[in-house]
Parts: sequence; structure tokens; C-alpha cells
Amino acid sequence: MTTAAELLAGIPELAGVEPVTRVTIPARLEYTYSPGSAQTRFLTALPDKRLLAERCPRCTRVYVPPRGACPTCGIAATEQLELPHTGTVTTFCIVNIAAKGLDVEVPYCYAYVLLDGANVGLHARIGDTPYADVRIGQRVEAVWNEQRLGPSLASISHFRPTGEPDADPESYRRWM
Amino acid sequence: MPPEVLSAPLIVEFPFTRSTGPVLGAFLTGLRERVVLGARGSDGRVLCPPAEYDPVTAEELTELVPLGQLGTVTTWAWNERPRPYQPLDTPFAWVLVRLDGADTALLHALDAPRHAVRTGMRVAIRWADERSGAITDIACFEPAPNAGAPGDSHRAEGSAA
Amino acid sequence: MSGTDHLDAPTGLRDVAVVAFAQSSHTRRTDQLSEVELLMPVLHDVLKQTGLTANRIGFTCSGSSDYLAGRAFSFTMALDGVGAWPPISESHVEMDGAWALYEAWVKLQTGEADTALVYSYGKSSPGSVRDVLTRQLDPYTLAPLWPDSVALAALQARALIDAGHTDERRLAETAVRSRRAATANPHAQLRGSADVEELLRQPYEVEPLRRHDCPPISDGAAAVILAAGDSARALHVNPAWIRGIDHRIEAHQPGVRDLTESPSTRLAATAAGAFDAPFDAAELHAPFTAQEIVLRRALDLGDGVPVNPSGGPLAANPVMAAGLIRIGEAAALIHRGEARRVLAHATSGPCLQQNLVAVLEGAAGTEGGAR
Repeated sequence: MTTAAELLAGIPELAGVEPVTRVTIPARLEYTYSPGSAQTRFLTALPDKRLLAERCPRCTRVYVPPRGACPTCGIAATEQLELPHTGTVTTFCIVNIAAKGLDVEVPYCYAYVLLDGANVGLHARIGDTPYADVRIGQRVEAVWNEQRLGPSLASISHFRPTGEPDADPESYRRWM
Repeated sequence: MPPEVLSAPLIVEFPFTRSTGPVLGAFLTGLRERVVLGARGSDGRVLCPPAEYDPVTAEELTELVPLGQLGTVTTWAWNERPRPYQPLDTPFAWVLVRLDGADTALLHALDAPRHAVRTGMRVAIRWADERSGAITDIACFEPAPNAGAPGDSHRAEGSAA
Repeated sequence: MSGTDHLDAPTGLRDVAVVAFAQSSHTRRTDQLSEVELLMPVLHDVLKQTGLTANRIGFTCSGSSDYLAGRAFSFTMALDGVGAWPPISESHVEMDGAWALYEAWVKLQTGEADTALVYSYGKSSPGSVRDVLTRQLDPYTLAPLWPDSVALAALQARALIDAGHTDERRLAETAVRSRRAATANPHAQLRGSADVEELLRQPYEVEPLRRHDCPPISDGAAAVILAAGDSARALHVNPAWIRGIDHRIEAHQPGVRDLTESPSTRLAATAAGAFDAPFDAAELHAPFTAQEIVLRRALDLGDGVPVNPSGGPLAANPVMAAGLIRIGEAAALIHRGEARRVLAHATSGPCLQQNLVAVLEGAAGTEGGAR
């Protein structure tokens, strides 16, 4: 492969100049994001510390956050219901690398919490406990962010252990 | 009734740095130095912007030739209301310009009054004061000096076809 | 699988037909709907027409662009509306759905599937589609100048006017004809039009194009079901057989091309057999009035052939779905017995850079002639 410098060498007025090898032309696109009806219902209930979900009328799976459709059946998940603030850790990891733009100190524990009555895990952080104690099957409850209650998942600060005995693996095995 | 649908601003940014490769690297180097380069294809035609590979044979193109600072408008469109990030923030014409010595046309902006713009018009490069090796090193085109009247020479020395 | 059934002897191709078509009612905004909420009713409609369910479809292919709404991998979320469980055979193209249909047609040709669900959707309302489309341009020499889609189409229109192929009045006539045709299309966004004189009094958007020369900004979705051989005959009494389909692409740089011609359309049409017999109608994906002039010339479509009886993309232009809709509308003319042989065209890229042509036919003996 020829280089830019080699091509420039043949042109008297450009021979020997420092060749351009990279170009950075930043682009920025501005959108107005709308989450649609189902996620709007979920988000607008968060300031009231309510966790809204949807049930598929065919397979009866319960989805949270709801997205208006059952991804298994491909039909509208029409039945609305409210879930409790408690659940079970179905998987977790300890994050040691700070993500750009994320206002969270590392290390932190990131987990899937299967809310009681749900069939899909909610992404959440686990806190108020040594990370070495976090485990699959652990019972946890939501800690609300009283200063930042709003139509955003940031309304939930994190989940903390309830101190109950661990859940029966059969209760969450299919939904890990 | 569902609550009023939420909305939020969403900004997507593309901060990518791209490798330029030999041909585009040389082309952008030239712009930084106020020289426009074209690439000569296997059929003898000079392409500007230069292509990296021959449009007919797909061979790597390696013969770059300096082009004139003047050119001819091959088509145009009057942009009364410039949009964000476009080359000029006052009304201008989008133009395809065939630079003297080239056989294909380059897209850019032309800073000229509406009544002066026409196909076949002679135009000149206006260089940006600060150049970094980018297509925006050409600030825009402007009417060529002494070229206001119809019947100007549409061809300069070295022009093909 | 019945992959070797119904081979067409001269070409070795399987007979493949459009057996169902559905689309949303296209609108300027759908803030209340997520992509899947927009798409799902259309998927249910097209499945209901055939009595098929998602798990009985052999292959699913979709077309969309994450740039439109600024949502990365939005097509994976849209799959929620299909019901991809147990896992389905699926693919996606970052293209108009017409190219998803092409991929599905190829899949059916391999014999690995007898039926295919093809869908596409586009939500232009969250962003500024004119500016978003600049991001499809060459990142070194074009995109940094942010030439929007209307500007590029205006350069093409000027070249056509300079070459004597059209004028502003004829462009306005194209807009009026399209939007008045759309009065009969309940899915269209712009139905009806002021007259030519009134349109020509309006200011330019980017001269020589006025607002009426440009497509509306639309949110919408569309879906098609393809089936091969006996499956097609079982699913529709009058399948719209795809007698030929091909797509071709030209150089990206607008300054390299003669913008008054579309050799890629011409080649694709030749390969699809478009010039073998006359057409009863044509559905052309020409989002800008001047582009219809280019396509008519490339396709040898005279004034005797009704173009865009649906209203075309000038009446509703859900980006990424508008090309698939052309194929769907062409098939619907055949399904309804209003035409026997219809040309469908889809485009992609700036100034008609890439073009797809499909030739659709009903069974011999079907009453011909579009309205």
C-alpha cells in the first residue's frame, strides 16, 4: 500500500510536508426521545414509589419495565399490575471500571433483581452491604432516592438486603 | 387514559477519528496547503474529490494531479435558510463545481448573490483562514474575479474532456 | 421443506409471491408510540390476512435505521412485536425494507424457507430527518458540509431543468397528481392538494424545490408476507408473483454521476424483465418530484402508465418503509384485481444512488388495467 507521503512526494508544491493521516469531524444529532405509552406509564409512577408492570394475556409472563409487547408471544401485554418493592438477586457482578458519564463511584455491585411477581429481572445496584456477601438468591428491597424522585429509574437509589432467608432456587430458576 | 407521554432531549454525538488512507490523506494534506488534488483514473479522467480506487477497473489509484483554483458550476441550488453546521450562515448556493483540470465535480457552498448564480458560472476557491486538513479548509466558493459576464472561458489550461 | 418444488424451468427460480401487505396510517408524529407499539398492529394485520402465526413463518427479515430516532439497536426491541420465541430465523438490514424483502426473496430461492415475513418501520419525528440523512454521506468530503436531503435533491432537480427534461410547473403537476391520488388511500398522510397555480406561488424550500416537491415527514411501518409456490397459492387466491427483482448501485459522489439519468434503475429493470411487456401501473419510490422524472425516463414509462396510484412517497414517506410500501401497494393492486402487471421501485442513498426494481404479476386472465 502506498502512503500519503509517497503520493505527495511526486507533487512539487507538496513534497515533504507533514501528511494528514487522521481526521476528526465531530457530529452531533439532537432528538426528542419519547418512550411510548407503556414505558411512560412505568416512568410516571416512579415518583409515587410505585412499580408498574404488564402481564401477557397469553403466556401470563409479567414484564417490568413494561414495553407494551410480550417479546415471547409478539402480542400486546395489556394487563396492568403493580409489583412490590421486594425481590431476589438472580445474578450480579462487581464493577471496577468507571463508565464515562455515569455518576457512580466504583467499585459497585450491579445485579438483576427479580421483583416478586415478575418474570424478568430489573437492572439495579445492590448497596448497604459488603459486596462479598452479595449472592444469587439473596432477598432485597428497593431504597428510594428521596432527593431525586422523578419519572426516571434514578428514583430507585439501589436495593439492599432485607435479612430474610434466601429465596428457594425453584422460585427464580426459570427467570435467571 | 394513559398519562401524557413523556419526552426528553436526547443528544447523540459521533466523536470518531477516522484514518484517511493514502489518497484522501494526500487530498486533505493538499487542502491544508491550499492545493486541490485530483486522482487520475485508468481512462485518463481526473476525479475530484479523488477516488481511492478506479471506478472502472477497481485498481488502486496513485497518480494525483494538482488542479486549478477556479472551476465551473455544473448544477446549483439556492439555500435561502442555511441549517446548522452548513458552511455559511447567510443565504448561499449549494454547488457542484468542476475544478479546472478535473472531470468530475466537487460539492460545496457558493457565497454569491442569488441573481449571479447560474450553471456554467466561473467560481474560485475561498480558503479558510485556519486549515487543518479537512474539506472545510475550503471555506466556500465565490464568483471568480472578472468572470461576471456570460461567455467567460469555461475551460482553463489543463482541463480535460 | 419443499425447496425443490415449483421450479420455473427456464430460470431455475422458485415462484415467489407477495400474499399479504399491511401498513400503518402514516402521520407526522407518533410520540405516544414506541417503535414496537407502532409496528405491532401492522404485523398482526399482515399475519391475520394469511392466518399464519410468527412461529409458522420460515424466515423474518426487517429494515430500519437507528439514526432516524437515535436509538441504537432499535430493531432488536422491535422484534418484541414479532414474538421471537422459540428462536426464529431472522435477519435485519440497515436499509429500506425493500432490501429486506430482497433478502427474504433470496432466502426463499434457496429453498430453506417457504414463507417470509418482511417488515420495516421508521420514526422520523424524534429528530430532524433532513439533517440526520447527512450522516449517510461520505464522511471525508460530504458529511462535514451537512448537505441536507432537500439540498441534494434540489441539485438534481436543477440539473434536470437545465437539461430541459422538466420545469417547475411540471414538478408541481407531479405533486398535485400524487397527493390527489392519495385521497383514495386511507393510510396516506397528505391527501389532496391545492392546484398548480397556488403551489407555484409558494416560497422555495431549496430552490428550485418548493415544499410541495418534497415528501412529508412521516412516522410509519409496513409489512409484507412472501410465499413460494403452493404455499403462496394456499395463502391467497390471487398472489402477486415476483417475476423479476434486482437492485443496482452507482457511485456515491453526486459530482461523479449524471444526475439526470439513473443507469442503476435501468440495469435493475432490465435484469428484472421490466421491458418484456407493458405495465398496468407503477409504484415509484421518488420522494422528490424531480426524481419521478428521472425514473420515468430510466424505465421508459410514458404518460399512459399510471404512476403511484397510492399517492406514492409524496403523500407519505416513512423513511426505511417507503420503498417496501411501493412493493406492497403494487401487490395490493394485483390482489384487488385492479392490475395484472405492476412495476415496483425502491431507492436508497442520495439522489437515487441505489435502486431496486421488482416486476409483479397476477395470474394470467386476471382483469388488467389500473383505475
